[in-house]
Amino acid sequence: MIGLLVIVLYVGAFFGSFFLARMAFKSAFEKKGFNKLKTVTFGDESAITANRVASVISVITVFWLWVAFTNSAIPLPKFPGPFSGDMNFTYTAQLEDGSTDDATVTMRVYREDIQLTLDEEGNPGREPDEAEVEPGDGFAKNDTLTVARYGFKVVNVWQNDDVSKADGSSIIALNGQPVEPGDKIKVPEGTIGLTDKGTPTFEPAVGLRMARLYLPAPEVVFQRFIWLNKEGYQGYTLLEHTRYSLQRVLLGFIIGALVGIPIGYAMGLTSWSRGWFDPIVEFMRPVPPLALIPLIIIWFGIGEVGKVVLLFLAALWIMIIAARSGVSGVAITKVHAAYSLGASKWQILSKVIVPNSLPDIFTGARVAMGVCWGTVVAAELVAANVGLGKMIVTASKFQLTDIIIVGIIVIGVIGFAIEVGMRKLENWLIPWKGKV
Amino acid sequence: MGGLSINNISMRFDLPNGGHVQALQGVSLDIQSGELMSVLGPSGCGKTTLLNIVAGFLAPTEGEIVLNDHQVFGPSPERGMVFQQGALFEWMNVKENVSFGPDMKGVSRAESREKVEHLLEVVGLQDFHEKAIYELSGGMQQRVALARCLANDPDVILMDEPLGALDALTREKMQSLVLDLWKDTGKTIILITHSVEEALLLGERLLVMAPRPGRVHKEYRLPFADLGVGNDLREVKKHKDYNKTREEILEMIWNMEEEIMGRTEESA
Repeated sequence: MIGLLVIVLYVGAFFGSFFLARMAFKSAFEKKGFNKLKTVTFGDESAITANRVASVISVITVFWLWVAFTNSAIPLPKFPGPFSGDMNFTYTAQLEDGSTDDATVTMRVYREDIQLTLDEEGNPGREPDEAEVEPGDGFAKNDTLTVARYGFKVVNVWQNDDVSKADGSSIIALNGQPVEPGDKIKVPEGTIGLTDKGTPTFEPAVGLRMARLYLPAPEVVFQRFIWLNKEGYQGYTLLEHTRYSLQRVLLGFIIGALVGIPIGYAMGLTSWSRGWFDPIVEFMRPVPPLALIPLIIIWFGIGEVGKVVLLFLAALWIMIIAARSGVSGVAITKVHAAYSLGASKWQILSKVIVPNSLPDIFTGARVAMGVCWGTVVAAELVAANVGLGKMIVTASKFQLTDIIIVGIIVIGVIGFAIEVGMRKLENWLIPWKGKV
Repeated sequence: MGGLSINNISMRFDLPNGGHVQALQGVSLDIQSGELMSVLGPSGCGKTTLLNIVAGFLAPTEGEIVLNDHQVFGPSPERGMVFQQGALFEWMNVKENVSFGPDMKGVSRAESREKVEHLLEVVGLQDFHEKAIYELSGGMQQRVALARCLANDPDVILMDEPLGALDALTREKMQSLVLDLWKDTGKTIILITHSVEEALLLGERLLVMAPRPGRVHKEYRLPFADLGVGNDLREVKKHKDYNKTREEILEMIWNMEEEIMGRTEESA
């Protein structure tokens, strides 16, 4: 239900903010430069640039949805939250002889994540005590209990009553409304009802916000980020987890490239090499690196060597194929021209084939880095002592959703940074790419 | 100098279906040192194959190529090539492209600098030394290709439709440049072209080839190349024989194309 609401709001925000932004930021919607002179831009992909107003609103929207559907302290419009505080309801007990008595149940609803919160002195929160109530008169006595938000409580009202259920006491009404076992009554603070066996129950209202277990609020995640850097998790700080993961990726990728590129060149340059490596490459290429994890663990254990071997294998085939297609992409006229200018085979390789294959190798390297980054996280999910994947999977076992989210964000940011860095490097090293 | 001899060259390609294509049959030519010969012919007449054999990229099934009294077996810097396009090295700038040949021989950049600068001036690119190849227009790129070829000081320059990808105006300018370079350097040039006009204007000798099998159909000796050196090529086109020869060759090639079409239809 909440999921559907999120989708509707998100789609609404997409269209709504378009019309609002068009009124508020006219200049961002004007065509710029040469595009101003074009009468048709629909279908002309080159005329389409990212509208930065849209990008900013898009990020804000995601952030706002995050705040609006969690119990965040950030002062932004939010959806109704779960009930918290004290509430009362009355029950009417009847004995077999027909005599009745009313009593009140006081429920104290507290934060479900109270133990994860800290006060100013850094002490964790405690579950609150029950509210103090007078027992009252009659054979049914007033009850008081606590329940966590998003929780559910069966209220054994007879435990302090003079007459127990076994003695023939039964509940015939809640808040003065006659009820049968199995019935439910909505009250502003939640739902009261009777179990199938006739015991009163209380379920506090949950509203539309998600519990911390499912989605922690942004500031909770941020605090966790700080905490992870300071205190660390599973014996390593966030930086160390990240460094281990990155180190594995770089090591695996570099070895994969150092081995793969020469093999790729050899496959592009000699028939023997192509015949020799073709069956292996064609067989191993479609095998997802993740499928190799069990074998790698059996062979190398869960230590660093296994990870690096796995990432080496993930990068190897991609780099071989990239280098091979780099060689096949050399225009034969360039090779002929170089030969008729007196180049030797070695000079053909170093002065023509290697530089000409750089664009393909770079494309391969970008893909390989992406695959390696994805593979290292997955490999750490399966087995590791340290690393971002390890951090996430351990946190999930303890239901520390905030650590999981910090991990996902760090993984995403680093993956993005790798892609941007590779592109910058490409523009710097291969300025002629795409221009010939 | 012994010049270039093409002795009874035949070239047969086997097809995967068991058949074969006779790309060239019994082609013999003697080209004097310093001659500019243009080669024309309908597509499929084997002119590019012939050029590749002379360059040494293909070995003929029969016959031999002799240059300066020794047989040709493979590519060598004595036979330079200029391609239609895409043969420049994008990862090098203009100057580095031109000095590629000397670099390969191990000549230091300092030694080759003067020559490179001179050649770039000859082709009109004195202000473009440091430019990247992809920053140049198609015509300028072909100028670089010419300079690069000349930097190696080859005995024979083989041109495979070097101006084919250029627009008409640039092409005219480049034709004048080719003529001037030919006269100044005294190189032997074999020029393959699709354009009858270009073949007429640039070719001291003009070879018309016929297809299936590829062979020499007719040979002309023309005065236009000599007239064109240092002159406006449009003036040359006013020569009394120019239009007549042009019509004759066009008719010849037209008939060959017709014949090919007819034969294809018969066999289909």
